Amino acid sequence: MKKTLIATAFLALGAQAQLAHADLTVAIAGPMTGQYASAGDQIRRGAEMAIADINAKGGVLGQKLKLEVGDDACDPKQAVSVANTMVNKKIVFMHGHWCSSSTIPASEVYVEADIPMATVSTNPQVTERGLKNIFRIMGRDDQQGLVAGSYIAEKFKGKKAAVLDDKSAYGKGLADEMAKAMTAKGLKPTLRESITAGEKDYSGIVTKLKQAGIEVLAYGGYHTEVALILRQAQQAGLKLTVMGGDTMTNSELVTAAGANSDNVMFTFSPDPRKNPDAAPIVKRFRDAKVEPEGYVMYAYAAMQLFADAATQAKSTKFSDLEKTMRGNTFKTVIGELAFDAKGDQKQPGFVVYQWKGGQYDYAAK
Amino acid sequence: MAYALQQLINGLTLGAVYGLIAIGYTMVYGIIGMINFAHGDIFMVSAFIAVTAFTLLAAFDITSLPLAITAVLITAIFFTSAYGWAVERMAYRPLRGSTRLAPLISAIGMSIFLQNMVQLTQGARVKPIPPVLEGGIEIWQSGGFTVQISWTQIMIVLVTIVLMVAFTYLITQTAFGRQQRACEQDSTMTALLGINVDRTISATFMLGAALAAVAGVMVTVYYGVVDFFIGFVAGIKAFTAAVLGGIGSLPGAMLGGLIIGLIEAFWAAYLSPEYKDVATFSILILVLMFRPSGLLGRPEVEKV
Repeated sequence: MKKTLIATAFLALGAQAQLAHADLTVAIAGPMTGQYASAGDQIRRGAEMAIADINAKGGVLGQKLKLEVGDDACDPKQAVSVANTMVNKKIVFMHGHWCSSSTIPASEVYVEADIPMATVSTNPQVTERGLKNIFRIMGRDDQQGLVAGSYIAEKFKGKKAAVLDDKSAYGKGLADEMAKAMTAKGLKPTLRESITAGEKDYSGIVTKLKQAGIEVLAYGGYHTEVALILRQAQQAGLKLTVMGGDTMTNSELVTAAGANSDNVMFTFSPDPRKNPDAAPIVKRFRDAKVEPEGYVMYAYAAMQLFADAATQAKSTKFSDLEKTMRGNTFKTVIGELAFDAKGDQKQPGFVVYQWKGGQYDYAAK
Repeated sequence: MAYALQQLINGLTLGAVYGLIAIGYTMVYGIIGMINFAHGDIFMVSAFIAVTAFTLLAAFDITSLPLAITAVLITAIFFTSAYGWAVERMAYRPLRGSTRLAPLISAIGMSIFLQNMVQLTQGARVKPIPPVLEGGIEIWQSGGFTVQISWTQIMIVLVTIVLMVAFTYLITQTAFGRQQRACEQDSTMTALLGINVDRTISATFMLGAALAAVAGVMVTVYYGVVDFFIGFVAGIKAFTAAVLGGIGSLPGAMLGGLIIGLIEAFWAAYLSPEYKDVATFSILILVLMFRPSGLLGRPEVEKV
């Protein structure tokens, strides 16, 4: 009896303590399992580190942050159920999802529940639907095309260029944007063609490029076809430089194309590890045996964004957070973040990289 | 002109590969009257065997090129024939004598099974091999365009010609060829004459698989990447080639393969590569409208 009483007293104390310091729950969601699980893992590591750092400095508005993790496996249906679970857990901020196809349906759930979200999904539709709660901390596929196209036009002025796509939604969209940017900058593509992804023989199109004297190929699509085209171009005695999108970061390109991959350039978001302001954080990640590559620093920045916005707004209410996030500029580990009316980042978030000996780095200007 | 010649070379190489696979379809159709839809996936399996063999050879530091390619060819032919035999034994023989549709469905099932098996055991990602046979010869230069024929292309065309000659000899001149043709014409009568029909059919499947294996090795060397899905596209194209040339006819299959390879190359060259498949299949429809039995096929005579 006595023991029970004591236990109850402790429980009551515990409950009181919790009331005094009710934690703020923030969440991340992405593919924690499945084919793209490595991206989910990066997001989780970045977010965990950020929350530990924020809590060490006293949390947000005097309250500690608590992290919830949702696994959508890049499946749109699962993403919606993750979103509903998160709404039930009364989260005040979401960083996610990762795949555009998951982010788009899940965001409809969050906007209903007045939960602001920061995402790294690149599909234009993520912010084009007029939702108030979305803030994209990464660039868009159409900005990507602009950066890639302008780079080609300036770097390869006066040379013959072709634009090719694989007829996929991503590939055709990107190729169209690249062609537009190239034409605007005065390098009109000599050829504009499409191929069928998944085939193995591209000798026909390669010979066509050779006949037209093409030196630069702007390609919208995935790395597997680029590897085949480069190999077949080499066999046909055609020296080709390829400019692609973010899909070219895949190291499978190097294994499949061999030394030919040195001729591949692509656009990807700036490497936050190279940001001098982020050096201490990068070091802390490395000390913790986490390489801050890919999406790690983005997740860290998303949590910084929330903490700063809540501190400035002195509130975690949606209307206050939304106004603050849209109106101000935030200093994060991935650089300064400021958003336009749609929720897109104001700075164009892409730079040009080049493969060299199996590693990629910024391409020469 | 130089450009057209280059596209001709591309088309012939591609057509040779389609032709090799198409023979497998046409032989099986000839002997048991069914389309072996798993044949494209047998080809895919052989490509994976080739990648594994190349990787193993590289691990044992065997770098002599003719030796390596011969060893890989023998390995691939051996294992792929075993696959061909096993597929026939498990999926088609138990259904022999049942309705015409049953083995067809069973073949589609086998195709899905093989694809998923390779996907699960080898992974869904593409498997590359480093370039095996590089370089080639410049054969002609005109108007700033150099016509190049790579060693791999030469090898593919040569191997195809050799195999075609050997196969024609096998079918028309040997005892096995006679048995095979006999089964084709009337399997009951053949059995009455003391020929083991089941064994002949098994051998036919193994021969078809062996040709697919050669095609698999050639494709692996030529393109350098394989994945578990390559059997589908190649299978459909080769099947089309077999139907175009006249299903059941060996020279027809080869001719069909070459025609499809050439249409693809020239359509991509002078019109739009985007629509080359549309062109290929439109020509198939046109041919079948005017010659339903294909270019070299014999019209089926209704036996009363």
